[in-house]
This record gives sequence, C-alpha cells and structure tokens, in this order.
Amino acid sequence: MAFVSPHITAFAVEATEFPDLARRYRVNGVPKTVVDEEIEILGALPESAFVEQALAKFSNDGP
Amino acid sequence: MALISSSDQERLRESFAGMTRPVNLRFFTQTLDCETCLQTKQILDELPPLSDRITIDEVNLILEGDTAKAYGIDRAPAIAITYEENGVAVDTRIRFLGAPAGYEFISLIQAVLLAGGRPPQLSAESLARLAAVDKPVTMQVFTTPT
Repeated sequence: MAFVSPHITAFAVEATEFPDLARRYRVNGVPKTVVDEEIEILGALPESAFVEQALAKFSNDGP
Repeated sequence: MALISSSDQERLRESFAGMTRPVNLRFFTQTLDCETCLQTKQILDELPPLSDRITIDEVNLILEGDTAKAYGIDRAPAIAITYEENGVAVDTRIRFLGAPAGYEFISLIQAVLLAGGRPPQLSAESLARLAAVDKPVTMQVFTTPT
C-alpha cells in the first residue's frame, strides 16, 4: 500500500524487540495493524477488507 | 556460517534475477544498546552477493540523526527500502523495525522485489481506494518472529 500511494508510510514492527511500542499500541496479539494511531485492525484480513478498514476515512461509502 | 541456506540462496538468486531496478536498503543501526543490530546486519549482508542490483547502506542512528529523521526512524535496527529510477533515489516508504528474522524475512524479500520492479499484487478495487488517499497516513503492522 505504501509502495502504491505516495501518502502512505508503512512500518513492519517486531513487537518483542520494541515492548514500549507494543505497550503503547496495546498489542496483545499479532498481526495487529495501527493506522494513524486510531484505527486498529486485528489479525490477518482478506485484502479487500483490510484496505477498506485501513482507509475508511478516505472512502465515500464510509467504514 | 551463512544464515540463509544454500537452497534458499539459490531461490532468492532466481527471484532477484527478475529485478529491473537497483534497490538500496538503508540500514539504521547503533553501536550501543541494540541487541539485534548485529543479527540484522548479518542477514542484510547476505543479500548483495545474491544480486548485483541490491546494495546496503549503513546509517548510524546517532551520528546521522538527520538522515534517520528524514526517514521517520527513531530506533534501531531499522530498514528503509529505496530504489533508483532514472538515476533518482525513490523512497518506497516501506520500513522494517527490528531484525527481519523468521516470517519478516519473507516480507522483506517481497518488499525488495516490489522496489525492484515487480508489479504490486493488489486488486483493482484496492488500487482505486489507494488512489483516493490524499493525506499522509502512517501504518504500523506489529508482528512477532515465528
């Protein structure tokens, strides 16, 4: 997604190496995705659902 | 001893052979207080011998703090993936925080191939949603080494 959109930056974070980040974003299971510190996506979703949830605020049809 | 087995090396060599652009991995490291920086360096150092299109640049997180800041990186080990197109360095805005071991290694290789010119494998629907993004978005995907 970051590769395609010039506005998106994506971090793959190894949670056990950075417990402070894992705590801050309440990572109790992986994968967990946090978008702009507000949207949280738990688990691995199918691509369409993942993209839809991650980019809900840019969508016309709403989250 | 090599961290990547010889059969995996062979497979990677074949995958990398399809790359059409030079890829540069900026490796952010620090000397002290970084348990996995050495392991990350060892993993990364095994990639350039598998493709003449892959290079690694080490950036000292402390001494070259401005570069790190430009990439939005404030901890080590971290990797930022860039590629070169028409002589210009392009940032993929794909970052890895922590050692790319286990499954993360596969993700790293996928990112390198993408930067190297492999077409994105997203659906037309996803590409349309991405085209609508007009403000900065930061995504963090937390994983564990398995």
